[in-house]
Amino acid sequence: MPAAGVVLLIAVVAIVVVLVVYLLATIAALRQITAGLDEAIASVGQIVEKSAPVAEVVGDINRNLDAGVDLLEGLLVKKAGMVDAVGLVDGLYPGAAAEGFRNFPDSRETRAPRIGEVYTKGTLTLARLGREAPIAAASPGGGVLRNVKGGSLAARLLYPEARQARPEKLARSPVIGTDAPQRYEPSEDPGVPGRVPGPAAVAEPPAPLGRPAPANGDGHGRGEPGSAGQSEERT
Amino acid sequence: MTLWWIGDIVLIVVVAPVVVLLLHGVLTEARSIVPSVRRVGAAAAAGSQDLDAVPLLLTTQDQVRRTIEAAADYGGSLDVILDDAKEV
Repeated sequence: MPAAGVVLLIAVVAIVVVLVVYLLATIAALRQITAGLDEAIASVGQIVEKSAPVAEVVGDINRNLDAGVDLLEGLLVKKAGMVDAVGLVDGLYPGAAAEGFRNFPDSRETRAPRIGEVYTKGTLTLARLGREAPIAAASPGGGVLRNVKGGSLAARLLYPEARQARPEKLARSPVIGTDAPQRYEPSEDPGVPGRVPGPAAVAEPPAPLGRPAPANGDGHGRGEPGSAGQSEERT
Repeated sequence: MTLWWIGDIVLIVVVAPVVVLLLHGVLTEARSIVPSVRRVGAAAAAGSQDLDAVPLLLTTQDQVRRTIEAAADYGGSLDVILDDAKEV
């Protein structure tokens, strides 16, 4: 055998050996891949199996919740009216009025009244009742609910200054009784009707002698309160 | 004889490196797939464990149904005892 043939034979054998080594390593890697994919497929099968009833259950939950929304929206609109219902929802969830009620498309155009500004007593009551309510926790005094005497005034501090100062700036209630201010001029001529301030209460001057008495029939020349003023205004 | 030597040189210099290069590439790619497959398997197993809470949806379903029934009962009572809003 020539030397060139021997070299060729050795080269071929070396190539075959290299082929065997690499292919065995590739086979091992492919077997690992196969095992990994088997595990993944098994887990994916469990996912498919476990998630199969989800759509049905979630659909049933959504149907029930839809029915609840229909019920509550309908009841609220029926009992409170569209305007107050929108205002109430917007007071609880600011900005919800723009979204409107689902079953009442015209509620989106309804202007929401400021229910939260109107029903402040309810808010204060909740602030006093709910010891851990957020509005109570935000109390500046810190101990509103524990301080029985100062509870009311402290709760008022939860609101802006304008709201606190408003009662003091309001006109006082009319005083009646002995201390009431005199709104009528003291009569200089007892028996003659005094002059009542205001255009509707201006009394007719006493009739001169010889003039026929008014047609009220009492013979004292007194007209009904206000009637003389009205006739004077008309003239 | 010269052709024998030329064949040997071609086999050693060209064929053998090309074969080694190709096999090395195949082996490298095959080994790079293994970690990815393991991560896919781990993610699928974790996803399967996350869905173990799916049966709790049955409890949620029952609770939602009861809640809506209670709300309907209250709503029916309120509908009876409260007057409807008057049209302005």
